[in-house]
Amino acid sequence: MNIDTMEKEQEYLIILDGELDVYTAPELQKVLDPIRQNGSHDVKIDLTNVSYVDSTGLGIFVGTLKELNQHDRELHVTGVSSRILRLFEITGLRDLMHINEKSEVE
Amino acid sequence: MTVQYDYIEMKFPSSAEYVGLIRLTLSGVLSRAGATYDQIEDSKIAVSEAVTNAVKHAYGEETTGDVLVGFAVYEDKVEIIVADHGQSFNYEDVRKELGPYTEDDNVNYLKEGGLGLFLIETLMDEVYLKKDPGVTISMTKFINESQVHSNGETIVNR
Repeated sequence: MNIDTMEKEQEYLIILDGELDVYTAPELQKVLDPIRQNGSHDVKIDLTNVSYVDSTGLGIFVGTLKELNQHDRELHVTGVSSRILRLFEITGLRDLMHINEKSEVE
Repeated sequence: MTVQYDYIEMKFPSSAEYVGLIRLTLSGVLSRAGATYDQIEDSKIAVSEAVTNAVKHAYGEETTGDVLVGFAVYEDKVEIIVADHGQSFNYEDVRKELGPYTEDDNVNYLKEGGLGLFLIETLMDEVYLKKDPGVTISMTKFINESQVHSNGETIVNR
């Protein structure tokens, strides 16, 4: 999986490319850890080029959301395909975080 | 009467890097069996979760063993079995020993697997779990169906 991180004024935009599963999730975790601990920015994770997300990936979103909320920061997940949206829906996560089907990748 | 099926088995090291390979294989098997896109994608998530559980929990952090994945391809369904005790299994024997999992099994399994078993249950048509030795999970997806309507009438699409 490829991870691109861009720092903007108020947020970090993190663009993922590949499959987010038990094998690749630790790479994303490593990128997110300092950002969510610092809590100075909102986080936007773009999944436009992500073909697969598993429960390990969903777990990272949940952990990130919890920590960002403690700092009054927001988590946005963008570029969500209908397949991955279905996963957010059946796990009940769609109502917990900001999910957007629109892509942030130019 | 004997039910006909083809049986395919894979054995791989319990390492996270192989989970993607199982998804690819499953895609191929289901596609060849005539499953739809949604059936394939749902099964990929479920089987991936079962394999992830096996890889994460079967052997602990320091040791690795083998994980077995078996695909039984019937005319109207594909049954996928994931076993983490690292020994080759006889499909018919394992099949006989499997039963619906109980509330107790469930709680233990969920503790370790988080959303995993929930997704497996939600996305597959039949799920059975057996513990000891190791964990064996059987997941079935119906394809090419004869669909049974709520009134019990069977409709065959051919």
